[in-house]
Amino acid sequence: MSASAEPDAVLARNSVPRTVEGAGSARRFLFVSAVIVICAWVLVPIYLLLVNTLSSPQEVTSFPKSFVPSFDFGSIQFFVSFAGVAKALWNSILVAILTMAMSLALGAPAGYALSRFEFAGKEVFRMLVVMTRAFPLPLLALPLAIFFIRTGLDDTAIGLALVHTVLAIPFAALITFSLFSGIPLEFEEAAWTLGCTRWQAFYKVVLPLVLPGIAASAVFAFIISWNEVFAAAVLTIENRTLPAFLVQNLNVSPLHLKFAGGAAMVIPALVFIFAVRKYLFAMWGIASR
Amino acid sequence: MAEIVIKNVAKSFGAFQALHSIDLNISDQEFMVLLGPSGCGKTTLLRIVAGLETPSAGEVWIGGRRVDRLPPRERGIAMVFQNYAVFPHLTVFENIAFGLRMQKLSRQVIDERVRRTAALMHIEQLLKRYSGQLSGGQRQRVAVARALAMEPDVILMDEPLSNLDALLRLEMRAELKGVLDASQTTTLYVTHDQVEAMSLADRIAVMNEGRIVQASTPVEIYRNPAAHFVGSFIGNPPMNFIPATPVAPGEWDVAGLRLSGPQAGDSLEFAIRPEDLDVAPGGLEAVVRVVEPLGPHTLVTTEVGGRLFRAVLESDMPVAPGDELSLVPKEGRVRWFDPGTGQVV
Amino acid sequence: MPRKALPYLLILPATIFLLVFFAYPFVQIGVLAITGPDGLTLQHIQTMAGHWKFKSALGWTVLLAVVVVPIQLVMALSMASIVTRLKAGRNTVLYIFSIPLGLSDLAAGIVWLAIFEQSGFLNSILWNLGLIERPILFLGYQSVWVIFLAVVLAEVWRATAIVMVILVSGMGLIPKEFDEAGQVFGASAWQRFYKITLPLLRPSLQSALILRTLSAFEVFAVVIALGGTTMPVLMGETFQWQFNLQDRNVAAAYALVILTISIASTLFFLRALRVPKGATL
Repeated sequence: MSASAEPDAVLARNSVPRTVEGAGSARRFLFVSAVIVICAWVLVPIYLLLVNTLSSPQEVTSFPKSFVPSFDFGSIQFFVSFAGVAKALWNSILVAILTMAMSLALGAPAGYALSRFEFAGKEVFRMLVVMTRAFPLPLLALPLAIFFIRTGLDDTAIGLALVHTVLAIPFAALITFSLFSGIPLEFEEAAWTLGCTRWQAFYKVVLPLVLPGIAASAVFAFIISWNEVFAAAVLTIENRTLPAFLVQNLNVSPLHLKFAGGAAMVIPALVFIFAVRKYLFAMWGIASR
Repeated sequence: MAEIVIKNVAKSFGAFQALHSIDLNISDQEFMVLLGPSGCGKTTLLRIVAGLETPSAGEVWIGGRRVDRLPPRERGIAMVFQNYAVFPHLTVFENIAFGLRMQKLSRQVIDERVRRTAALMHIEQLLKRYSGQLSGGQRQRVAVARALAMEPDVILMDEPLSNLDALLRLEMRAELKGVLDASQTTTLYVTHDQVEAMSLADRIAVMNEGRIVQASTPVEIYRNPAAHFVGSFIGNPPMNFIPATPVAPGEWDVAGLRLSGPQAGDSLEFAIRPEDLDVAPGGLEAVVRVVEPLGPHTLVTTEVGGRLFRAVLESDMPVAPGDELSLVPKEGRVRWFDPGTGQVV
Repeated sequence: MPRKALPYLLILPATIFLLVFFAYPFVQIGVLAITGPDGLTLQHIQTMAGHWKFKSALGWTVLLAVVVVPIQLVMALSMASIVTRLKAGRNTVLYIFSIPLGLSDLAAGIVWLAIFEQSGFLNSILWNLGLIERPILFLGYQSVWVIFLAVVLAEVWRATAIVMVILVSGMGLIPKEFDEAGQVFGASAWQRFYKITLPLLRPSLQSALILRTLSAFEVFAVVIALGGTTMPVLMGETFQWQFNLQDRNVAAAYALVILTISIASTLFFLRALRVPKGATL
């Protein structure tokens, strides 16, 4: 943690003439402690989950608990070999990838249209996209369950991915909207005057510039699907995703299975958030407007 | 062989009429500047020539070819943008080569042309850099080099110097003039800076509220403004205007001074540039309000007949606020405008 | 003219998709909730309202939102102010603060289960401190308020990050000059926060509150992970009726309730935190 590096920033703020030296350093101490406490508040529970995961099943249920892991992989082995887990993991990945592909394929063109064109009905479309976030989307699973049974989409990865895509589309559209808006139209116009068609200008100039952002929003769609519990639990029976599998078996599964499963959900999310950390603010800042 | 002919071009954005039936001919190799205040439609006109906007009416011809329905890439133009639009993901070399690659030219030709235009713009040493590693002035050079490398019939420039600081602007202005003269390319150049326009242009088209008010050589525009607007927009400080009333046919009363003028109508507007006034007896009676010594000369703001009236005087002339001066218009420099239409009489 | 058609072509796929998979299903929810084999009926809604768990599910859900959302708001505001004051280490702290953003409520429930379960870390700490002699059963069915507390902690832990991120990016939009002007005119740090930052932050506050309140009404997996069915919530009951009791219509009636309170709270925040025209940044 870089808590030790903060003080100059605080000092700069506190160097108002009337601040007495003592009061300034007391405030600085308070500030740094607050940062440390909040970081601990976020990190310690995750650490404790990992301690459980990296302990043997016996250690997990024993008392009192050790606060350092024994690095026994018994819990993990049990989890991985538990019936249905491997399949659930695979289903989760499959659904998440499908969601990622569909939400970008549908959302990115819309984001481009919103950022580059003025057209009648633009506000209506914007409202439609924004409105999706004012609804408890997992509930969509209820009526869609019937629809899917009729169309043979029930209990399939693609069916669930369709629902998750509804969750992810507003983000994909609004994030790509902000990405495209960040590329001056002048770049495209310059490409046109230099001999490009609209499409050439897009893939030679715009696409390379937004690609990292697009990748980040793809990761985002992946996380949305990876984490979704309710619709997954409603729409799948045999082909459960990992969260659906865990929630369905919560009351019957042993503690060490729960914790290993929890870790299996948390760790990819940690990695993904780390991968997209640069874009978090651009995304949520714009996507929440 | 690329003259630009703009015929009856009009453009409206919704209810807003940005351009009213523009006619303008720019001959081959001419340097034409579109000059006007912001919102006058000059950039819209340039973008219509470029193919970035579609005209609501009218025709655009480049080199004897009607182009107004063609996409930009088929018009034989190159453009320098206000913010340069140097692609950030490409090196300077690739930026300059971009249009040439689109034309599928051979590697040798591309290499040779990039190096030649880069040398012309003095950026040979920057070819491997990215846009983010360049200063504003260097980016500007890349943008110009990229346009020149296309060897276009027409170069379009949209306020290319407006984002440079004053000193750099002066330097680039001179350099642009040299390079574009040498390239013998027809140039259409948009600016709101009259000094830039005067120094670069073969001809200036002064625009206001979607119309071309006057299109002529810089000196002509300065000396013989065709309309009140031109006189008040060109020149720093601008022309002085005083309403005149007739006392006899061809004789006008201007704030108490009797002057001979054209025989027309029952009201006119007298106009004179501030530097065309001499301090001598028998002139306009002026009360000095503000004195601004500018070095080579002194700008004096006075009141004549209850109106602001500026005069540029020798800097060794002793004046102070409150002084009374008599200002005599120089021979042949007085202009008369019709107050109704704003046109010169 | 193709140029005019292009934007419509670009939004067409998303529009069709959203109409089929978003607009239509929501109409369906309403239809399911109020129709039976013999046409319109209030029977499903009556079944739902008459069920002994309905009132408590509604009560717990609303109570949870009312407790969790204000705590999150205050915490997120403090975290956001801290982050905006940081210079060195800002990115690291920001990353740590926003980690929970990527976690599901199920994962959060399991994380806090590790702390609250009988052989968990809270008992171990208490025992190590000599405060207890044997581990306490925190999450038993008799201690629903402890379950509630655990759920509140888990929710605050998990979902404060999203509020903070929205607020931080909102604060980023406020020019420094306003704060500096406040200093020049003699406002204290607290006054500047209260009279300058907070009002200018209204649009971000609005979207953060709408987003958070909505997802508070959707609370589901975290409750099951920590309390099983001891503490019923609306979404959990919806799932029960849909999946275990196999009654889609009652499930739809529950969904309708969630939908109604969601829309009501959205409208409330839209009105309460409305920014007058022209008063935006």
